[in-house]
Amino acid sequence: MSQPLNTTGVHHHAHHFDSADHEFQASKQGMWIFMVTEVLMIGAIFVGYLIMRARYPEAFHEAHKLLNVKLGALNTAVLILSSYTMVRGVSAAQRGNNKLTIRMLMTTIALALVFCVVKYFEYSHKIHEGTLPGGNYTYAELSMPHVPLFFSFYFIMTGIHAFHVLVGIGLMTWMIKRVKSGEITPEFFTPVELVGFYWHFVDLVWIYLFPLLYLLG
Amino acid sequence: MSHSNTATLSNEIHGDNYLNHSKGLKSWLTTLDHKRIGLMYLATVLFFFLLGGIFALIMRLNLMSYGHPVVDANTYNKLMTFHGAIMVFLVIIPAIPGAIGNFVLPMMCGAKDVAFPRLNLASYYIYLFGALFATAALIGGGVDTGWTFYTPYSIRTSGPVILVLLGAFIAGFASILTGLNFIVTLHKLRAPGQSWSRLPLLCWALYATSIIQVLATPVLAITLVLLMMERVFKIGIFDPALGGDPILFQHFFWFYSHPAVYIMILPAMGVFSEIIPVFSRKPIFGYRAIALASFGIALVAFIVWGHHLFVSGQSELANFIFSLLTMFVAVPTGVKVFSWVGTMYKGSIRFNAPMLYAFGFIELFTIGGLTGVFLATLAIDVHMTDTYFVIAHFHYVMVGGSIMGLVGGMHYWFPKVTGRMYNETIAKWSFGFIIFGFNLTFFPQFIAGSQGMPRRYWSQLPEFDLWNRLSTVGSWFLAVGFVMVAYDMIRSARKGPIAGPNPWEALTLEWQTPSPPPHENFIETPVVTSWPYEYKPSRG
Ligand SMILES: [Cu+2]
Repeated sequence: MSQPLNTTGVHHHAHHFDSADHEFQASKQGMWIFMVTEVLMIGAIFVGYLIMRARYPEAFHEAHKLLNVKLGALNTAVLILSSYTMVRGVSAAQRGNNKLTIRMLMTTIALALVFCVVKYFEYSHKIHEGTLPGGNYTYAELSMPHVPLFFSFYFIMTGIHAFHVLVGIGLMTWMIKRVKSGEITPEFFTPVELVGFYWHFVDLVWIYLFPLLYLLG
Repeated sequence: MSHSNTATLSNEIHGDNYLNHSKGLKSWLTTLDHKRIGLMYLATVLFFFLLGGIFALIMRLNLMSYGHPVVDANTYNKLMTFHGAIMVFLVIIPAIPGAIGNFVLPMMCGAKDVAFPRLNLASYYIYLFGALFATAALIGGGVDTGWTFYTPYSIRTSGPVILVLLGAFIAGFASILTGLNFIVTLHKLRAPGQSWSRLPLLCWALYATSIIQVLATPVLAITLVLLMMERVFKIGIFDPALGGDPILFQHFFWFYSHPAVYIMILPAMGVFSEIIPVFSRKPIFGYRAIALASFGIALVAFIVWGHHLFVSGQSELANFIFSLLTMFVAVPTGVKVFSWVGTMYKGSIRFNAPMLYAFGFIELFTIGGLTGVFLATLAIDVHMTDTYFVIAHFHYVMVGGSIMGLVGGMHYWFPKVTGRMYNETIAKWSFGFIIFGFNLTFFPQFIAGSQGMPRRYWSQLPEFDLWNRLSTVGSWFLAVGFVMVAYDMIRSARKGPIAGPNPWEALTLEWQTPSPPPHENFIETPVVTSWPYEYKPSRG
């Protein structure tokens, strides 16, 4: 994986790299490592969830019925579609088709916003009926020990995911700005590619969250 | 590999180095130069080392004799918490990677900088930001949870617990980014000829450290987030009153905090793997073994956390497995210790300060490591849990290991960083004070602990008075030693004799360039043609 330092680079790259490709490879590796960090962070809470679920299967089973599977499925579809538009955006950036890149990034942002709106309705419904984490749980129709724990995990896990979605929207907006400034070319598209990478990760986390929370009986 | 002559010549012509390359406070605060960022890390780490050290001195004073407390019990609990949290999260974890690693690692690779200089600067500010939160908690009345934040106490106790948690959470990201940066730097920015098998052992040690930083720190991050949520939203995951499990917190916490011990110790091992061959004038013994042992330690680090839960009600089978696995840590560690001793064997040893610290390190770390094997033994640990034996054990590892590595490394690279020599006489005396003071402080704690003296207590029984007095007096010697180091370094940085590019006649790349190094580290990119440990008894 090591790259001998032979100075042939002509494109946009920082002084300690010898070529744009060298820099791109380094950035990509850095992003992979960051993703591993994210996996460990989210992985820990998944493990906590699975432990508690194994301990209190009835409570978690009853609790999961209170989630809206239709809305969850809708959001899954929305995110999968957004991954597709992101792929098209990145490939357009690689080919230097800035117009298409911007259009695809905007579509992806729109889909991300749809996700957020659906999530907002889900959350506000839960707040309304009182199916809330731990000590805040007030839903009278299902009062079983450890049910509130399910909603603790539900809110934390989907909350962390939603936070990542919001960060993704911010990153994509920034990318649109950079594409518009003409900075992104077929020789230098690293930022767009890495944001795409990030976005797929965010989608992938949801692909795990959806069955784990909404479907698993 | 001798570029030093041309390099010096060129430097004399240009007179440009990283210190005078650009001027003014702003040029420091916005610098992307890994060397300057390393120094900023060092200054901040040392400031918090002073703060945490003062807390420790007050605690020791409080315990000096039965019935004569210096602070009230509440204050004592807060001092204990901040001493621990500051020393772990703000001093030892960032110290060697952030300061020495940042300065030296890119140069050892033959690179102009780390892979992501901007991220490197960001990492420093994230660390500083985290430190400010912790400081705010200190000013805002203090916290009495202990640095481990065990639930449910940490959920219920009053005080700005959230600020400390936020501080540790934020500082954790600095650690992750440093690790990420180092891994990519090592993979992508090695100079021509700098193959993996020629990489200095400090780089290998920092690589293994980085892996732990990247993999373990996020688990701490999420755990701290959950704990904050406990306090803010009563989520109850760790709260037995709400159906949660406080032991789950301990599992999560130690899944990070045990490997964190190796974030602290591996870099120090790396530092001494450089110092020992240079001052023994002999090729390092067991290069490959030392490099691999770092990864062995990093690997085992992840599967032993349960030894912190031996008395928590963990199942006996789990206790047995964790006990056994913990003992495996001793194997790669032993490989390293024997390799260092093997390097010194029949070498022509120079007794400069860095080498003295290496001796001190081997002594203290061996005691710390072996008492770790005691504690890994279930039958002993059940009795020793929460006694001063544990305190003494981990101070031998953390201070005797990591801080020795930091101070030893600061002496070793001082001429490279400043271009001047420290004062060898003061350095030797200060080492004497430190090693004497350290043993006087902590060895009595082994004895008192084995007799059952409990940790975390504000007041101890009169039968432990002798040990407590010795320990407190020891802490003064230790403090004097560190003050002498500080005095010497501050003075020598301005007034010390000019060191020249390579005063130790070392072979690693950072010494093959002027001192202080130029802005881009090397006048021309070095080409590596040999292994960096081919030392001969008398050279030049
Ligand atoms: Cu441990």
